[in-house]
Amino acid sequence: MSQEVNSMLNLLRVIGQRIALGLMTLFVVSLIIASIVELLPGDITQAILGQSATPETVAAFRAELGIDRPAHIRYLEWLKGMVTGDMGKSLANKREIADLVGARLSNTLFLGGFAAAIAVPLSLILGLLAALYRNSIFDRGVNLFTLTSISFPEFFVAYILILFLAVKTGWFPGISNVSTDLAFSDKLFRTLLPAMTLTLVVVAHMMRMTRAAIINLLASDYIEMAQLKGIRPFRVILYHALPNAWGPIVNVIALNLAYLVVGVVIVEVVFVYPGLGQLLVDSVSKRDVPVVQACSMIFAGVYILLNLVADIVSVVTNPRLLHPR
Amino acid sequence: MSARLGLSIIMVYLIVAIFAPIIAPYSETEILGAAYEMWSDKHLLGTDSLGRDMLSRLIFGARNTVGIALAAVGIAFIIGGSTGMLAAILGGWYDVIISRVVDVLMAIPSLVFALLILTVLGTSVPVLIFVIAILDCTRVYRITRAAAMNIVVLEYVEAARLRGEGVWWVIRKEILPNITAPLLAEFGLRFCFVFLFIAALSFLGLGIQPPTADWGSMVRDNATLINYGDITPLLPAAAIAILTVAVNFVVDWLLHRSSGLVDTV
Repeated sequence: MSQEVNSMLNLLRVIGQRIALGLMTLFVVSLIIASIVELLPGDITQAILGQSATPETVAAFRAELGIDRPAHIRYLEWLKGMVTGDMGKSLANKREIADLVGARLSNTLFLGGFAAAIAVPLSLILGLLAALYRNSIFDRGVNLFTLTSISFPEFFVAYILILFLAVKTGWFPGISNVSTDLAFSDKLFRTLLPAMTLTLVVVAHMMRMTRAAIINLLASDYIEMAQLKGIRPFRVILYHALPNAWGPIVNVIALNLAYLVVGVVIVEVVFVYPGLGQLLVDSVSKRDVPVVQACSMIFAGVYILLNLVADIVSVVTNPRLLHPR
Repeated sequence: MSARLGLSIIMVYLIVAIFAPIIAPYSETEILGAAYEMWSDKHLLGTDSLGRDMLSRLIFGARNTVGIALAAVGIAFIIGGSTGMLAAILGGWYDVIISRVVDVLMAIPSLVFALLILTVLGTSVPVLIFVIAILDCTRVYRITRAAAMNIVVLEYVEAARLRGEGVWWVIRKEILPNITAPLLAEFGLRFCFVFLFIAALSFLGLGIQPPTADWGSMVRDNATLINYGDITPLLPAAAIAILTVAVNFVVDWLLHRSSGLVDTV
């Protein structure tokens, strides 16, 4: 019994360590994001204010950004605001940032979730098939396709899809106007093109890594042993190879979902999709620093969370790390 | 083989980039005709949204986009490479602290980090190169350190240190020659990534600023043409894609060769 309890405790300890590390990283990242404002030289303030840059307006602007208060107090206030949901006001239109972010965050998550729901099963199946029939025409064809897919900039893929599926054939809308009061199926329809773009980009990466992980596994001695014993290939894959492949595969999935977080920004801009990515880009052009900080914090948080999940899964599925002797 | 094709494509791009002023029929910024002219004999690929010659801007775009990408990757390699090798040799606290710092920097998604800095410092070319160099030197650090760790434990390195050779001598003469293969492959991969990254930033309007010709912003400026079924805006995007594919082919071949894998059917 104590063996089981020991390994459980070990597991919890390792997971706890990773979570603590993740939280600390999040904390340091928040420091970096908050302190970016320190880099604002005075003439940038002038640049943002433009024509209306008199000494009074400059002083008012700096007061609004809170630069005149001591740095650590400002940071703690910002942090408290982040956690409680009060993210301050946008510089551009004086609205509450939390309002701006709320709806857009759910839109972005919807798009990301949609893309992930298609991409993950697709790349797992393709990767598995490519590994099983490696060096066949299928494998080489898929390999070529993914290699080119990784090399294309996302906006290229997006515009090709728009050209062929929206403009030339008129099947799908080229701009994705989504609002909260749309029916679910309607939302799905309008979001299909951007989701497809994201899927194409991510499937390429995930499929290659899945294929590499499985090929690596199939080359091991115990697999060869199982085959020599005469076990049918299907059983070999399912009961001998797959259990060991989950670790690296889930790792790859989590990392690529994290990549989705970033890829979503470009796709949102191309399709004019009202999500967090578009808000971020618009705010950067307008030099709307508080909004940029809030959005960056959210993106960074999701990214760190997904990396944390990948980390924990790779530890949990690795028996050597789980039961150190 | 595909690597040979890739290499020839890369050579073509380099020649176009270096000899741009001689090859291009017109200047990159001169407004010469009406906006959005069709492909004609005078303007082989038509004109863009302001009436500038598309072909010339495509040619000059090679120089700008490729040039900035090379500069950023070069700087990233100098910083990341030397730091990685130093960390491998010196070990101990240097290694631990630098690795932790790198881990934290890598915890921020690159696009978000770049956008953050560009908001504050503006979108000039030096800032662009600086931001990308910082972001990429972390990846280069990891790879260099991993590769160098394998060499540092070998006996001839220990012998060199015992002889009294300085740290930089060991780096130059013992470690660097032995890790060129993975570093070269990484250079190719990093170049692709940086290249796509710059294109993405320019596409968002936050990278290379007008009127300098750059493939990413060219796609954005002429994007409305897509609605009329014209493929002209896809040309700069295709230029980006072809170069990246070519570099990927070459890197793939390089990795395949150096890994010593035997293809059993």
